[in-house]
Amino acid sequence: MATVTTAIKAEARDLNFFYSNGARALKGISMPLYENKITALIGPSGCGKSTFLRCFNRMHDLYPGNKYQGEIVMHPDNTNVLDSGVDPIEVRMRISMVFQKPNPFPKSIYENVAYGLRVRGENNKRIMDDKVEEALKGAALWNEVKDRLHDLAFNLSGGQQQRLCIARALATDPEIMLFDEPTSALDPIATANIEELMVELRSKLTILVVTHNMQQAARVSDYTAYMYLGELIEYDDTDKIFTNPGRKETEDYITGKFG
Amino acid sequence: MEHKASVLENLADVRAMIKRHKRNDALFATLGLICLMLGLMTLMLLFWQLIADGHPKFNLDFLTEFPSRRAGRAGLLSAWVGSLLVMSVTFLTAVPVGVAAGLYLEEYAPKNWFTDLIEINVSNLAGVPSIIYGLLALGLFVYMLDFGQSILTAGLTLGLLILPIVIVSTREAIRAIPVSIREAAYGVGATKWQVVYDHVFKYSYGGILTGIIIGMARALGETAPIITIGALTFIAFLPPSPITTEPPFLNFEWLSSGFTVMPIQMFNWLSRPDHAFHVNAAATGALIIVVTLLMNGAAIWLRYKIRKNIKW
Repeated sequence: MATVTTAIKAEARDLNFFYSNGARALKGISMPLYENKITALIGPSGCGKSTFLRCFNRMHDLYPGNKYQGEIVMHPDNTNVLDSGVDPIEVRMRISMVFQKPNPFPKSIYENVAYGLRVRGENNKRIMDDKVEEALKGAALWNEVKDRLHDLAFNLSGGQQQRLCIARALATDPEIMLFDEPTSALDPIATANIEELMVELRSKLTILVVTHNMQQAARVSDYTAYMYLGELIEYDDTDKIFTNPGRKETEDYITGKFG
Repeated sequence: MEHKASVLENLADVRAMIKRHKRNDALFATLGLICLMLGLMTLMLLFWQLIADGHPKFNLDFLTEFPSRRAGRAGLLSAWVGSLLVMSVTFLTAVPVGVAAGLYLEEYAPKNWFTDLIEINVSNLAGVPSIIYGLLALGLFVYMLDFGQSILTAGLTLGLLILPIVIVSTREAIRAIPVSIREAAYGVGATKWQVVYDHVFKYSYGGILTGIIIGMARALGETAPIITIGALTFIAFLPPSPITTEPPFLNFEWLSSGFTVMPIQMFNWLSRPDHAFHVNAAATGALIIVVTLLMNGAAIWLRYKIRKNIKW
């Protein structure tokens, strides 16, 4: 289990977020992401967990009028990814994301994985082949697709598509990977595969995962944060949260009294 | 009326009611079919009339002969070549401008009152009567820019005319791309242009192409603006060929040449008192309809073909 000596990879400091309509979706959130650990965000729908996750790679910048306040600092370089002087594209090159619904491009399996490299200007076929293979292996998909790399990604099953999206996010060696309810559109077997994969990936990078499924948080994560109405109610070791939560609200949510 | 609880107890009543409601179904289905047939049959009848009147001219000579004073010998050569050349100018101007404008409006333009105003106006432009475009072109291209009553002027005029169609269909095609695909691309660190070029444009060009073809089909049949800018109605020569045997193999004199197009030729023949010419007009009309239908068919087929591999 988590130890105090683990390095902090990133931390939110008094983070507030406002949507363009003025709604305040996050209220003064401060919490760390420990390096090579999985941190889970749980809480009822609309509590702001996805909003919080999408701050990390500045996804909110795509829509005009959204406003951040506070900091998300990445270590070891102490970069505040929310700083307006920091290019969101640079941030997204360091922090990749896997979405709720598998969203492969209508391209081949190979091109899906290679896209992040192409965006970085990589054109060398050999390097690209190696990277694609490595990423697909990392996403536990290589054996299923190695003979049909140039097939359309849409021909894969839902679970395979989601692993392809993980491979795409993995191919560029990110430091942090964000998962936004990655299994909500998948069947139980595909869900188990993705969960297993996340635990394996932990050795390579730091993971932040939003989940509406408490069992999933309990199964995969090292740390859990419970959010409600835009506030961080409790953050602790996953074991502690699920066995002996410090706050009454957390306990109510976890035991199913509410939510 | 006494309230009755279950369906089983009132089976007869309920069945009568369902039957009544189903009559409305049948009524509307019949009405809809009649309306559909009215439109379709009218068009078919017109088309049939054109074929019946024009069929003596359905031969190759009709396409290879210049117009003549004798109806039997008069052909469409200068008209279809003129149409082809005018359409190429239209294509080369309306497509790049329209697609770029659509992409810009949808992907780059900030959303504010000014772009809202532009949006409304672009849609409105699609409904402006074509003769207005002819008047605009007469003032702008013929007199101000001194392009003359030429193929260039006609091509640019029709280009302006179909520009709103191209812009609107480009935007609609782009809008069909789900947000999740854009976010996926931005998520790996793509810039706006990379997202637009690698994804938005590539996944929407089937729809964009459809809009272009439908716009071109419309331009092919336009008569009013071409008359306004002063197309010739009797023309017994071809514009200089765009391709030459000597370097640089391209020749742009044709742009400033006088011309006629198929609908104008048709109009001209139709307005003659000699009924023999009406056969020519009918044959031309049939040809225009066939080409237009083929273009629309191609648009549908292309859209199907390109969209086949894309499921959102």
